[in-house]
Amino acid sequence: MSGESRIPISRDPDVVLARQQGRALALSLGFSESDPMFVATAISEIARNIVVHAGGRGEIVIRRLDQNGRVGIEVEATDTGPGIANIEQAMQEGFSTVKSLGLGLPGARRLMDEFEITSRVGEGTRIVMRKWARSSASRNRTHITLG
Amino acid sequence: MKIPVLKQGEYLIASIQEAATDADLQLLLNELVRRVGEHRSKGVIVDVTVLDVMDSFAARLLRDIANTVRLRGAETVIVGIQPDAAFTMVRLGMTLDDVATALDLEEGVAYLDRTLKRKRGS
Repeated sequence: MSGESRIPISRDPDVVLARQQGRALALSLGFSESDPMFVATAISEIARNIVVHAGGRGEIVIRRLDQNGRVGIEVEATDTGPGIANIEQAMQEGFSTVKSLGLGLPGARRLMDEFEITSRVGEGTRIVMRKWARSSASRNRTHITLG
Repeated sequence: MKIPVLKQGEYLIASIQEAATDADLQLLLNELVRRVGEHRSKGVIVDVTVLDVMDSFAARLLRDIANTVRLRGAETVIVGIQPDAAFTMVRLGMTLDDVATALDLEEGVAYLDRTLKRKRGS
C-alpha cells in the first residue's frame, strides 16, 4: 500500500472501505496485537459520523507516519456537514443525537493514541487521529478547538 | 451484500460477513424477526467470527437482535467474538448486556439446546 489513501465518504460501503484500508495499513506497518482492529474500529466510528451527521459529504485520508524513528498511522477525516455546536458534549460517552450508544467519537478517541477535533458550525468538522506502532498506547491527548 | 440466514431444525443461523455494512446489519435484524415467525424458530445463532470490526453500531444491532427476537418468543446467542473484537469492546466500554454469547457455532447450538430443554422441562 502506498503512503496515503484518500477515501470519499458518502455511503455505508465507503465506511467499510475506509476501515479495511486502515486495518491493512496497520498490519503492513507491523502494528501488533489488537491495534489493527483498534485503528479499523476508530475509523469506522468517525466515517459513520460523516454518513449519519454530515450528509455523506466528507472524506478520510489515511497516511503512514515516520517520526523520530517511530512508525504510525494518521487518519484525517474532514466533512462539510453542519458542524458540531457543542464538541464537549459530543465527546461525552453516552451522548447521542441519534439512536446509538453514544460511543462514536469518544470511542474513537479511546482506541487511538492522539485525537484532535475542530468544528465550525455551518462549515464542517475535521478530526485528526494517530496511532503509533509499539507501546505508546498509554498516551492519550485530546485537543478541542471551538469554532 | 445480504447476510445469509440458514434454517437448521428449530434454529436460524446467520453468518455475518467480513465487510458487512450498517445497512446489511439492519436488514438482518428485520429478516431474523420475520423468519422466526415464518419458521416458528425457537433459537437464533448470530455468528460474528469473520466480522472485521465490532464497533458501536454492530454492538447495538446485536443487542437489538437479541431483544427483538426474545419478544418474538425465541432465544438468541452470539457466537465467534474473536479476541481482538473482545478487547475492542472492553476498551470502548461496550457490553452486550444480558445477551448470551458462546465461543463458536457448536457451543452456541449446545447453549440453545440446554436453554430450550430447561424452558420445556418446567
